Order: sequence, then structure tokens, then C-alpha cells
Amino acid sequence: MADLRAYGALIGGQFRSIASYRVSFLVEMSSNAMTTALDITTVLVLFGANRSVAGFSLAEALLVASLSSLGFALADMLVGNVDHLKTYVRSGLMDVILVRPLGSLWQLLCMDLPFRKALRVVLALVVLGVAIHLNDVDWTPGRVALLVLSPLAGLVFFGAIFVLSASLAFWWVDSGELGSAFTYGGRDFTSYPVPVYAGWFRAVFAYALGFGFVAYQPALALLGRTDPLGLPAWAGYLSPLVALVAAVVAALVWRAGVRHYRSTGS
Amino acid sequence: MTVIEMHDLKKDFTVRVRAGRFRRRKRTVAAVDGIDLTVDRGEMVGYIGPNGAGKSTTLKMLTGILTPSAGTVRVCGLTPVPQRTRLARRIGVVFGQRSQLWWDLPLHESFTLLRHIYRVPAADHAARLARCRSLLDLDDFLDTPVRQLSLGQRMRGEITAALLHGPDVLFLDEPTIGLDVVSKQAVRGFLAELGQGGDVTLMLTTHDLADIERLCRRLVVIDHGHVVHDGTIEALHARYGSRRRLVADLDAPLPASFTLAGASLVASEADGHRVSFTLESTTAAEAVAALMASASVRDLSLVEPDIEDVVARLYASPGDTS
Repeated sequence: MADLRAYGALIGGQFRSIASYRVSFLVEMSSNAMTTALDITTVLVLFGANRSVAGFSLAEALLVASLSSLGFALADMLVGNVDHLKTYVRSGLMDVILVRPLGSLWQLLCMDLPFRKALRVVLALVVLGVAIHLNDVDWTPGRVALLVLSPLAGLVFFGAIFVLSASLAFWWVDSGELGSAFTYGGRDFTSYPVPVYAGWFRAVFAYALGFGFVAYQPALALLGRTDPLGLPAWAGYLSPLVALVAAVVAALVWRAGVRHYRSTGS
Repeated sequence: MTVIEMHDLKKDFTVRVRAGRFRRRKRTVAAVDGIDLTVDRGEMVGYIGPNGAGKSTTLKMLTGILTPSAGTVRVCGLTPVPQRTRLARRIGVVFGQRSQLWWDLPLHESFTLLRHIYRVPAADHAARLARCRSLLDLDDFLDTPVRQLSLGQRMRGEITAALLHGPDVLFLDEPTIGLDVVSKQAVRGFLAELGQGGDVTLMLTTHDLADIERLCRRLVVIDHGHVVHDGTIEALHARYGSRRRLVADLDAPLPASFTLAGASLVASEADGHRVSFTLESTTAAEAVAALMASASVRDLSLVEPDIEDVVARLYASPGDTS
């Protein structure tokens, strides 16, 4: 892809823009790291009260939470700012992007890459390392591949959710925080083993929308545990496929949104 | 060679209007309502109309930002929305009200970034930039972050940014809005020079008719989404009967029976010591000679028709689309 250099240049420009406000960058970066630490603490606190939840030990649940956290942290850093689409529609930046010879979504992402969220990714990696260490994983080539692939699938999956919820702004500029229900709500859902949920809520979020495949199923496959909810062992390896489907849907909706784009006055 | 082609081009917007406390009614508004227009290579077209006439909407359909509701549009032989990225390499766009420069970076860095985005060979880029630097006097503020530039400086930067990839067509949406007289002249002078080459097709919207008089031989006026005039400025004057006026200061008022052949008296001020005639079927020379022959004239002036007046009249009578 010859456009890669162009996107690289955009990212460089974004980095130099941010670097011109050094103090603000450092403050935001540390406050971001704090948020991630709190997310993990929530899981720890829950297990401080109960030694096990829905048949999962603290170590096992930590693996689920950390897989979710790493996938989300990656997506939040690389794709999360697509959330600003509303602002870009209002400010007219979207118009500027559309008259340039590059893909509109990629341009938006490269021009608004929040480097300050990098610490979150590092922190999530550390917690995943701890979780792996606490669990006695029987390593096979398949499981090593799964450990590498599932955070990436998580990135693609959450990225797709971010794009889908941001696309609402093409139809409805005042879409407000409706999208957050699926992005941040989705992250919270995936932080816990699916059996803690029940009924239609579990059916819709875990299976119909695919959130169960982000962290829970891959974690089961890594641990070699059978799914108390009855899905076969290979279900853990479906996460890249689920992520791909989500990405295709998101790309189609984004495309439809750009065609429906109304711009703003003048 | 035709560069821009619009055929029965339409753009509708759905507006939701509040109808009662919770109910909202949908209403369809035609921003552009059937525009037919072709522009040839090298033309400089002024595209004007009152606020909300559909100027910007047309420009956004030509540049691939908005999808037309109906009709066809082709620019450089391409269909703007489906072939957006290919078209983007062939056109340059300047929005008077929004910036394509990187706010926090020095101006020259925006130019470098654009070189990568458009994949312009370094030598072409350097040559084009050098030309803009000298013609638009950019050297003083190339190292200044864009956020610290004055509006006039920024606009010169925007125009440069739109030209660095060597576009065939340049679209300008109100390029002189908010600029002071000196900056306006700098921008107009540069665009005039650019148009002289005959390679670049130029289409600009503006509210400042001096831009048009200085730059565009062809004037397209739209109102309520329709083209109401397409032709030269002279043709506009001829069509709307704008005439030159002869204003004379006299030593004594003219007799009531006085008439000037081919002209009519439109105003008499200062107890008849100052009179104005509009010249209908006579030349200025004949009218002046006739007036001098029958009255003692102290001073004379010839007033050219004002394009602002013509356009104001045009906007006020939208029904007259003949």
C-alpha cells in the first residue's frame, strides 16, 4: 500500500502537534494510566469479597479481564478518537478530509491519534503477564498463537464497535453518549466471565453481538477449561473471525454514513 | 474541453420541524434544485447567490463531499463521490471558513505533510512552493504555527496548500471572507495571475462582487437552488437594464420643459442645481454636448453601473428566472 507513507506522515504530524503542548500531554498520559489501574482494581476488589465468581478463581478471572483490557486499550488508543466525529462534522474537518486522496476513516484516526493512551496499553500488557503467570497454562503452539491473536482480535472488535457507534453522527449529529453504552459498556461486559450474566442479556451481548468471544472464550481455550455454558473447546479460536465480521459490518456502515453525510452550512 | 459538467443536479435535505411538544414533522428542502452547467478548461467562473442559495452545496457535490440527490455531475471526467480519492488529486479546494492546515504546526510543515498525502514528487513540490512563496509573500511566516497566523496570512497559506499538488480545477468557497483590503488584493492578484495561464479552471463563490469583477469573465448567479443568470457581467447589466448615469452640477436650475434626447432625468437635488440622467439610447459624449449646449454646467461626472445594485435586484426578484 503506497498510501502507508502518507498515513505515516499524518501520524508524524499529529505527534509533533501534541509535542507542542508537552505538559498537558504528560498530565493526560498519567491520568489515563490511573484509569486503567482502576479498571483492574475493580476486578480485584470483587474477588476480595468472593474467592470465586461463577466457578472462576481470581487468577482465571484476571486472565479474562486482562485480555479484555489489552484489546480495549489498543482499540481505544488506535481507534477510540473516531468518537470525535461529531466535533469534526461540526468544525468542518470532515469536509477537509473528504477532499484529500486518502480513506476518510484512516485519515481521521491518524490525525487524532491519542499517544497519551499508550501507557494504558503498557499497563494492560503487564497485567496480562501477571495473569498468565498466575495461571498454569499448558502451552501448545496453538495457545501461543491464540495469546498473540486474541488481543489483536479484541483491538479489531472494539475498534469496529467504536466506528459503529461514532457513525451514528453521520445520521444524527447530536447522538451524544449513546455510542458509549456499547464501547465502554462492552469493555465492562467483557471484563468478567460470561456465566456471571444470565438470560436474554447474556444471549444478546455474549453471543448475538459477539462480546463473549473477545476475552472469555479465548481465556477458556488458553486455560483448557470446558465452557460451563456448553460451547466446544474450539470456540476460543473463533475470536479473529468474530472480529473480522464486526470489522466488515463497521466498514459498511461507515461507508453508508459518508454517503449520507450532510456537512454543515457554508 | 469540458472540465465541469452538471446536469439537472439536485440536493435535498430532510429537515425535522418541531410540531407540538414531542412530535416532529419531516420536511424536504431542496438546497440545489436542478442545476445545468458546464465549465470549460481554463475558465474562471464566479458563482454567486444570496445566503442559502445553494452555492456551497453545489461546490460540495462537485468536490465529492456530498452525494447528489438526483442528476449527474462530472468533474475532470470523474464522478465525484464514487471516485472521490482519484478526483481529489485533480482538484484543489479552499474553504474560506475552515482550514486544511495543521493548527499547531509551523506553516511549512503543513506543506510537507500535504506533499506526502498527495504523493507529489519532491521537485514538483519545490517548484510550486517556490512560486507561491514569491507571489503570495509567504517567507515571513513559514515558520510560524498556523494558530498564530493572521487571517490574511492563513488564507495565503490555504491557497498555497490547495495548489501544491498541481490541480486542474481550483474551487474556492468565499476565499476573501473577512480579509482586509490589502490581503484581498493580494489574493485576487494571485488568482488572476493563476487564471492567466489558462491551464487551471477556477470556480469561486463569494459575497464580494469586487472579486468577480476583478477575476471572472463568467458570472453564474443562483437563487433558491436555480441558476438565474449565466453570462458575462456586461450581459447581466444589459439584461437588468443597469445604465450609466450622468450627474451634472449647474449654475441655474434647468427649465421644466428641458429634455435630453436618449436619456431621462432621474434626480434633481439642491433646488435643481444638481441633476442626474440615466443614459438609455445615447452616448455619454452626445449627452454631455447636448447638456452643455443648453445649460451652464459647473461640473460633470459619469457614474458606472454598480454590480452590487444589479445583484441586489436579482436576489430580490427570485421569480424572474426567464
